[in-house]
Amino acid sequence: MIAEAGHYALILALALALIQSTVPMVGAQLRDTALMNVARSTALAQFLFCGLSFLALTALYVASDFSVANVFQNSHSAKPLLYKITGVWGNHEGSMLLWVAILAFFGALVATFGNNLPLSLRAHVLAVQGWIAAAFYVFILATSNPFLRMAQAPLEGRDLNPVLQDIGLAVHPPMLYLGYVGFSISFSFAVAALIEGRIDAAWARWVRPWTLVAWIFLTLGIAMGSYWAYYELGWGGWWFWDPVENASLMPWLSGTALLHSAIVMEKRNALKVWTVLLAILTFSLSLLGTFLVRSGVLTSVHAFATDPSRGVFILVILCLFIGGSLTLYLWRASSLKQGGLFAPISREGALVLNNLFLTTACATVFVGTLYPLALEMLTGDKISVGAPFFNLTFGPLFVPLLLAVPFGPMLAWKRGDIRGVAQRLLAAGIAALLTIALVWAWTTGGAALAPLAIGLAVFVILGAITDIAERIMLFRQPFATSLRRAVGLPRAAWGTSFAHAGLGVALIGIVCETTWNTEFIGTLKPNDVAKLAGYELTLKEITQRQGPNYRESIARFRITQNGDEIGEMVPSKRNFSARQTATTEAALLSRGASQLYISLGDDTTTGAVAVRMYHKPLVLMIWWGPVLMALGGVLSLSDRRLRVGAPKPAKASRALQAAE
Amino acid sequence: MTRKQRRMTMIGGALAILAIAAGLVLNALRDSIVFFSTPTMAAEKQIPAGKRFRLGGMVEQGSLSRGDNLAVSFKVSDGGATLPVNFKGILPDLFREGQGVVAEGALDANGVFKADTVLAKHDETYMPKEVADALKKQGRWKEGEGGKPVVSQDTTSANTTNIKPSVTQ
Repeated sequence: MIAEAGHYALILALALALIQSTVPMVGAQLRDTALMNVARSTALAQFLFCGLSFLALTALYVASDFSVANVFQNSHSAKPLLYKITGVWGNHEGSMLLWVAILAFFGALVATFGNNLPLSLRAHVLAVQGWIAAAFYVFILATSNPFLRMAQAPLEGRDLNPVLQDIGLAVHPPMLYLGYVGFSISFSFAVAALIEGRIDAAWARWVRPWTLVAWIFLTLGIAMGSYWAYYELGWGGWWFWDPVENASLMPWLSGTALLHSAIVMEKRNALKVWTVLLAILTFSLSLLGTFLVRSGVLTSVHAFATDPSRGVFILVILCLFIGGSLTLYLWRASSLKQGGLFAPISREGALVLNNLFLTTACATVFVGTLYPLALEMLTGDKISVGAPFFNLTFGPLFVPLLLAVPFGPMLAWKRGDIRGVAQRLLAAGIAALLTIALVWAWTTGGAALAPLAIGLAVFVILGAITDIAERIMLFRQPFATSLRRAVGLPRAAWGTSFAHAGLGVALIGIVCETTWNTEFIGTLKPNDVAKLAGYELTLKEITQRQGPNYRESIARFRITQNGDEIGEMVPSKRNFSARQTATTEAALLSRGASQLYISLGDDTTTGAVAVRMYHKPLVLMIWWGPVLMALGGVLSLSDRRLRVGAPKPAKASRALQAAE
Repeated sequence: MTRKQRRMTMIGGALAILAIAAGLVLNALRDSIVFFSTPTMAAEKQIPAGKRFRLGGMVEQGSLSRGDNLAVSFKVSDGGATLPVNFKGILPDLFREGQGVVAEGALDANGVFKADTVLAKHDETYMPKEVADALKKQGRWKEGEGGKPVVSQDTTSANTTNIKPSVTQ
């Protein structure tokens, strides 16, 4: 009954999406207010029914209704409640349902908060959202219906892949989807602008908060996924240049570029055509990501239960939307009024530089991800493009970008004074050089690149701090004045600083972890001691335990440093009976930003256990960085002029003056 | 600067960055990609010692032996040829005899494949896609071994391709 209701709600949502994608367009043509307003009510109703459908599937999972094929294949009655719920999107059908539910959610947000948009723009935006939604509803209903019943209901389900039975699954996919799908809003705005043939600074002001929201979620989603892989896979890797990770990195890079180019458009009314193109490309890359994951064309762990017919279907959707929007772009872009050019040394010049590097870096990731596919189709050779490729291409492109980051926010609009900025950044530069020298001396010559990279990171962080210090006239005015200025500073300025500093923080973590990671791999018997990076790790005992749907063997380690006990680490290995599979549960012990990491290998015949232990210096900074970036995004979002449901034009211009 | 000069600066800068990126990509594609081979293909192609590649096939029944200090050796076969593999470290959770495996490394002077990374299937129905395709091509494919995820493990921590869990992105 619930399954049928969920299925029916999804069909209704499709019908509503079809209305939403056509009627408002007609209304905009006829300048009929009533028809244009249909967009708003259908978007809300569509979200309601799609949400109901999603809730129905969740209810089936919670109730462990194994007469539904999807639940049978991915759930188990003994599974903890949390994993029953997260299991809803731990499979192809459910994750696609989550995808459209989030799409409908964003559509409903535009419908709710878009009151101050010009009526025809809102109608067009929601209509484009309706097209995307309709395409994906058809995809789900035709090839991946999660509500299919089985002829005979089995007594027990096949359980969820044990690797996925983790809190990471509760957070990572929804976050990532909020990011991916959030970019559909900027896409719809771009397509709507092309249809209307009109675009101005106000357009950028409407688009930026949506892009920012999507970007914040994507940033956190990627970081979360990386941390999940780090602790779940048991060998301490946090980024693998896996096709699917690249698929999430590409929209992040172009989305970051979009955020920056939208600033130029908003403030200087320039780069319009480029911004529209970026908005289209960013969502196209999100769709490409969905295609890569869902079609299984690239060998990847993410390609669960892949099926060629689905791949072809998504490929058709992909071609339709990317091809269609780019054709529209080529046809209409020339009709958009071009903004003026500007001096290369200026804030907008710096933002263009940022865009150039980000999109080029994105292109190298694109080539690295799709080249194996192209080569296999052309020659039949199977190759893998791994970390070495990306280190040689992506890395060098990011160095000049990072060098330029501190300069950007300090350059004035229109005509910047690069020497003046360089003078103000002198202290940060000197501190960076000192850091390089110190790290160099301390590590006595090891890897040459590491101290330089850390110096660069320090420069980025201090540059971000310098920018704020300059703006609040720290040390040049009485402290109370500076404080008052700090409070009055536009939140967007704080946002910029946090986000840029986050970049530096992440870089320090990445460099330290990859350069000074130490490891111990070997077999230990109870009371054996392993020494690692100044810590002594003593294996106390190995025990067995029965969990809800698994058995696990647990090793207990006592950690001491110079004889002082600092903690206990308990890694384990779980065997899941339903799928006859095992997972490694690593134990982590944080010491500041550094971590000790233990994971268990096979039991050996002699009563000893194989272990791998790592000391990962400053590894946590890798994820603190993105968290800082997201925090910067939130601060920027709370800036008066960018608030979702943005202020009325009159108010906005006043806020703008205050920000300048 | 005149309008024209400004435009030329912008276009010139963009082209320069693109050219650098293209150079980097071409250079990296020449040096850092790794080909995939089954034992039969490896024998046919005469892959020289020291050249890195990915070896895929089935772990031969009864060929796994463990030495001291986590040293492991086993044989990878594709039904035609067989290659001995040496590996030092902890094998993936689901490494088993008679099942699919992909190892990355290079041949040594004695024709033994020294693996630094071993990837193995992740659940009962999984077969690495590249192995399945290669076996199909050689006509040694048995139906009923569908596609499910791989998880890999390696001992060198960074700098190796690896695959992570999570279903939905």
